[in-house]
Amino acid sequence: MSAALLIFFVLAGLAVFGAVALILQSHPIHSALSLILVMLSLAGLYLLMGAEFVAAVQIIVYGGAVMVLFVFVIMLLNAGEEERTNFSKLATFAGVPLALALGGVIAAAIARSSGHLPAPAANGALTPTRELSKLLFSEFVYPFELTSFLILVAILGALVLAQRERN
Amino acid sequence: MVPTNYYLILSAVLFGLGVLAFVFKRNIITIFMSIELMLNAVNLAFVAFSQALGKTDGEVFVLFVIVVAAAEATVGLGIIILTARNRRSLNVERVDLLKL
Repeated sequence: MSAALLIFFVLAGLAVFGAVALILQSHPIHSALSLILVMLSLAGLYLLMGAEFVAAVQIIVYGGAVMVLFVFVIMLLNAGEEERTNFSKLATFAGVPLALALGGVIAAAIARSSGHLPAPAANGALTPTRELSKLLFSEFVYPFELTSFLILVAILGALVLAQRERN
Repeated sequence: MVPTNYYLILSAVLFGLGVLAFVFKRNIITIFMSIELMLNAVNLAFVAFSQALGKTDGEVFVLFVIVVAAAEATVGLGIIILTARNRRSLNVERVDLLKL
């Protein structure tokens, strides 16, 4: 077993462990910390594939900004243990098998079909960030500008939602 | 060298666990977190395909997905704060009316 494969299995195991922990923890703050573990191991996987810029953005934006926002809201609302009612049992019995079936169908389809794909360029073959930025500012420049509008709208929406109603 | 299939299967497993968390959890913040988990799984598939095909386009898509996820997180958490303030509860089953 090569070193890259070993690193992949360690990181994949950490990611799956974090995702399972997110489901099993009953306190939201523990779920948030499990999700941070998933995101960090995914950043490691991006590095293993050679996508260094995406890995950095993953850590800074997801592991940093988004998760800090989540933890902040959990603490702001003083969220406690989740409560489960009778209706929760219905969701468990109907939803969980369906969700497992969905994941299984996707995984089986992938495992069966795509034997023709070449392996990702590993072992130090990094995607040049220069190439990424050239593509972003030439071919994808209109979507890029539109995302700035999206962020503007999100800021406005958050402000409108967060202000208290004046009576 | 890690085969691309391994990354794709890991992505499918993470997506399935995200759907599982989405239907299983009752806390509105945790449900929101499971959406983020699904978006992350899709990002992994994007990067794997991008590296396998030797094109950078997939990584640009990942950047867009991350931007949309960040915008979604701000607006969604604002809505969550409003709901929690109005209902005094974070359980999704208590949010069953469109109007107070």
